[in-house]
Amino acid sequence: MAGKTLYDKIWDDHVAHQAEDGTCLLYIDRHLVHEVTSPQAFEGLRMAGRPVAAPDKTIAVPDHNVPTTWDREDGIDNEESRIQVDALDKNAKEFGVVYYPVNDIRQGIVHIVGPEQGWTLPGMTVVCGDSHTATHGAFGALAHGIGTSEVEHVLATQTLIQKKSKNMKVEITGKLSPGVTAKDITLSVIGATGTAGGTGYVIEYCGEAIRNLSMEGRMTVCNMAIEGGARAGLIAPDATTYAYCKGRAEAPKGDMWDQAQAYWETLYSDDDAHWDKVITIKGEDIAPVVTWGTSPEDVLPITASVPSPRDFEGGKVDAAARSLDYMGLTPGTKLQDVEVDAVFIGSCTNGRIEDLREAAKIVEGKTIKSNIHTAIVVPGSGLVRLQAEEEGLADIFKAAGFEWRLAGCSMCLGMNPDQLGPEVRCASTSNRNFEGRQGRGSRTHLMSPAMAAAAAVTGRLTDVRELG
Amino acid sequence: MEKFEKLTAIAAPMPLINIDTDMIIPKQFLKTIKRSGLGVSAFYEMRYDMDGNENPDFVLNQDAYRDANIIVAGDNFGCGSSREHAPWALLDFGIRCVISTSFADIFFNNCFKNGILPIVVTPEQLTLLMDDAQKGSNARMVVDLENQIVESSDGTQIPFDVDAHRKHCLLNGLDDIGQTLQKATSIDAFETQMRESRPWV
Repeated sequence: MAGKTLYDKIWDDHVAHQAEDGTCLLYIDRHLVHEVTSPQAFEGLRMAGRPVAAPDKTIAVPDHNVPTTWDREDGIDNEESRIQVDALDKNAKEFGVVYYPVNDIRQGIVHIVGPEQGWTLPGMTVVCGDSHTATHGAFGALAHGIGTSEVEHVLATQTLIQKKSKNMKVEITGKLSPGVTAKDITLSVIGATGTAGGTGYVIEYCGEAIRNLSMEGRMTVCNMAIEGGARAGLIAPDATTYAYCKGRAEAPKGDMWDQAQAYWETLYSDDDAHWDKVITIKGEDIAPVVTWGTSPEDVLPITASVPSPRDFEGGKVDAAARSLDYMGLTPGTKLQDVEVDAVFIGSCTNGRIEDLREAAKIVEGKTIKSNIHTAIVVPGSGLVRLQAEEEGLADIFKAAGFEWRLAGCSMCLGMNPDQLGPEVRCASTSNRNFEGRQGRGSRTHLMSPAMAAAAAVTGRLTDVRELG
Repeated sequence: MEKFEKLTAIAAPMPLINIDTDMIIPKQFLKTIKRSGLGVSAFYEMRYDMDGNENPDFVLNQDAYRDANIIVAGDNFGCGSSREHAPWALLDFGIRCVISTSFADIFFNNCFKNGILPIVVTPEQLTLLMDDAQKGSNARMVVDLENQIVESSDGTQIPFDVDAHRKHCLLNGLDDIGQTLQKATSIDAFETQMRESRPWV
């Protein structure tokens, strides 16, 4: 019998019921909840008179709507946002789930809070009504986004109706070159496979370059598995994982830790496991990259030029033409000659302490270029903010001309007031460059924190390796 | 959930690939705490100009397609955010079926929870159905879930696959939670066993 992949093992350990047609009830170990995709689910429970099945495994935190400006203790101006955040507050208390309210220092983006508090652990199943739940796969947890109907289903039953996905291995061999980060890995993989390349699969990322990443970097890689269409991204747990988890508030302690770690050490793909698809990329072939279009697959090395629709085939020809028109770019223009108006550093992709360190390293002692009218740094959680302030990173950003904000999803999707105007071009560490994502008509270029910082100081898309 | 049996309807062509859920329903409409009322905002940024006037070029603003109940779309429809507001908005507009060569995973699941049937066809079949949809309101497509067949206006029949459990739920308008709770004994037994094997969870 063939060996098992990591995904196979986690799956097998969570099947609570299997029907004859292969449909399974998968037990959910952690259910993360935010204010945007949960109100209709709680309302459904209320109308049916159902309780939350496992409130101690359900963790709620507001993040999408919350203002990130320093006056937010005074309340939320936007009435609809306020109603949604108030609804989460009411629901969390009524149903007795774990809850970090807006003004709790532990509040932040749900995918940063979960790992930070030790809720996310290897071998778990983690779901959330948010596609970037894939982030938690960095711990070797099977983690994916779900819709609101499924949120209600998990709240009511602590299970999810699932059919198994296929196994894909993405191996990043060797070492990364200087200036190349986890963000460049994950964007390059999407560039190679396309945004539908992972559809129907769970991806396991492996190889030396992945092994050498910190937990922060691994979370960045897995976070964008969804942009490649995959249901989830996974990285097998190792010493780096255990070191990150140990001592966290909700992680097991003492003998329980030892028992847990003994189990986690069984969580790897067997040598003879079956893979439905394998992709191998050499670490040394990955360059610092940026996106030029309105799909995360529109990735090019920073040294390249804006492509022409003629460079593509099939439906991508029209899509590329539409993207270039939307982005206001002319084929043949060097990407490094493209001026930007705004810089956003933050999000569940790149709002962790290591991301802020990388960016601060680039801007230290420099100031943002005069053509940049908006430059904000939004830490992923209150605790990331505190740590960055203690390490002096906040002062570096402020001295360079950045605004230093409170934690939230912010300009990654602009459900709060952090939005860009039409035709404003942004160097962004977020995860989606879709039309209108950061504000109607706004133009997003995705890149790493170091690259976004470099763009801030030069006022244009910049090869971070040339900044020295 | 409304049953889905057999749909005879106008199909709107949307050949653009990678239509994401931000396009289907932009962020400002996610602030609702209800499921209903999103139809008027579906495809907002393509459908309305900056002043809120209808963009006459957008397919659903054309008289032939205002009453469409089917969308025939380019590859990878519904990619991006998990927002169930996307199928809610489509449903509220009147869309009961989307046909494409591929769908993003979460969107695909969300459709079934809301009585919308997503159908995967081959690129050649999509071209045929896209051409058929271009004929406007004179053409009616038939989607027969029981027999798993899409029929174009000229009578060409295209069979499609659908998961048996999901088909059963759609045909009967069943929601999942009640069915899962019938398996409570299995879930309880799993939790009991888990307290032994993985007590730290």
